[in-house]
Amino acid sequence: MPPAIQLINVTTSYENNVVFTRLSLQIESGQFVGIVGPTGCGKTTLLKTILGAQTVFCGRVLLNGQPVEQVRNKKIGYIPQLESVDWSFPVTVEDVIMMGLYPGRRLLPWQSKAERARVEDLAAKLGIYNCLRQHIAHTSGGQRQRAFLARALINNPKLLVLDEPTSGVDIKTQHEVLHLLGDISNQGMTIILTTHDLNAVASHLPRVICFNNGIVAEGRPRDIFTNDILTKTYGSDIIIIKHGDYHLIANSTPLKFNHTM
Amino acid sequence: MQLFLEPLYYEFFRHGLIAAVLVGALCGLVGVHVVLRGMSYVGHGLSHAAFGGAVVGFVLNFNFYIGAGVMGLFAALMINQLTKNRKIKSDAAIGIVTTAIFALGVAIISQQRNLNKSLEAALFGNILGITDNDLMIIGLVTAATIIIIFFSYRPLLFATFDQEAAQVFGIRTGALQLLFSLLLTLSVIVAMNIVGVTMIAAALIMPAMTARMLTDRFSMMQLFSVAIGVMIGAGGMFLSYFFNVSSGATIVLFGAMIFCFAVLIRHIREKIALQANFHRHGNLIHSHPLDSKLHNHDHAENTKKIDTH
Repeated sequence: MPPAIQLINVTTSYENNVVFTRLSLQIESGQFVGIVGPTGCGKTTLLKTILGAQTVFCGRVLLNGQPVEQVRNKKIGYIPQLESVDWSFPVTVEDVIMMGLYPGRRLLPWQSKAERARVEDLAAKLGIYNCLRQHIAHTSGGQRQRAFLARALINNPKLLVLDEPTSGVDIKTQHEVLHLLGDISNQGMTIILTTHDLNAVASHLPRVICFNNGIVAEGRPRDIFTNDILTKTYGSDIIIIKHGDYHLIANSTPLKFNHTM
Repeated sequence: MQLFLEPLYYEFFRHGLIAAVLVGALCGLVGVHVVLRGMSYVGHGLSHAAFGGAVVGFVLNFNFYIGAGVMGLFAALMINQLTKNRKIKSDAAIGIVTTAIFALGVAIISQQRNLNKSLEAALFGNILGITDNDLMIIGLVTAATIIIIFFSYRPLLFATFDQEAAQVFGIRTGALQLLFSLLLTLSVIVAMNIVGVTMIAAALIMPAMTARMLTDRFSMMQLFSVAIGVMIGAGGMFLSYFFNVSSGATIVLFGAMIFCFAVLIRHIREKIALQANFHRHGNLIHSHPLDSKLHNHDHAENTKKIDTH
């Protein structure tokens, strides 16, 4: 069985700046992988390359063994950074989920009975049934994440790609989202996400890629979250506190004040 | 009633009314996407480019619609192309491309020094001079736009809301953008004769923004925007007749009045909703027996703590 994602010697750029050169990466089907790295290190560009939305100068991007540009029905669920969403846009949670079905063949604007049933069923499974008719701006951070997750899942994708799903939400929502993704991963879906939250990755994800314009390290968080690797990834001294099975990652130079209250 | 029917006895008014209603519906429909894509300035810009094109067409002895259409579409494509470069924002691209084409028109007029009637109409609007030919073109463009937007409702909504995700999900956003640019250019050109270059942006934006004030659902916003566009067009025409004021200006002023009214309605609705929410939460806190017990218990606990201190 070919890998779900395979990048072979890929070079790409963003606004005339080369982001990464001759990058090779392989993610097997059913894996749950997190990409971590500093801001501007190319995480989102890497995701876009995998999605086929980024111009590649050289190298090959394969999805299930097929070149990404030749895959007609990519069966990919994608959740962009929610910080880029216009929350004042006049759509309800139901409208957002329905968008996942819009690339289909139906030309009529209104939803069919079967489509409505699919939306309601998925919304019930994700715990957002009660807010289906609410404007998207009137929902909580967790409900918004679930709405976009439902949009990504409604077409039964084989691959789920999420760009910073844990940013801008509280720690409880972050925990809920990652557990939900863990459950989906257990059903066999390949999941790849980017995040800035190393502690969340350390405690929830089975495989991590430390990225900074290229792969610094990859493997299980407990194996690669070392002072050396994280310092190399972030260019800043990072310390790791181990407590049983848990890893707590912190910056080693906290802000110091000269005066006391 | 007789007074209301009086203008309908005149053929020029009937033509103008039909044109204003059709253009109102057209601008209402296209305007929703213009507003939600954050392109409010584009209507203003494209009308200037189309005017420049009309002047070039006039000099080269082309039909008004051909000159305006070709240059308007060229401007729309140029704007699309320029905004692909992230260093050039869409407002800057619109400003540069459309003003340059408008300036070309002005330069030609200053050389020719004989401004044709149709160019004057394009600049300031001349709804009462609408011919059967104009009506047919307006009708065709409106019908085609309604059909295309109806059948591309789903991909258009997705691409307008989240272009990046729409592309990943398999929607051909590039082709859709091109199609929308074409519809927008055609809408601007046919609306030019009604309200004129100088007021076209308002005709495109006002119905959509008024509808946005009244609903939080995209589907309803589209329906409301078309209905409001028709209402503004028809209402503006009658008011223009009764007050003997320029039709284009009256349509825009009437639209602005309706918009202010919608803003007021929205404001009142939000106030009422806030009050209802406040009362509901207030009642919940004070009416729940457990809440009051807990509250009393906490209070007693706090009192004890204070006493022990």
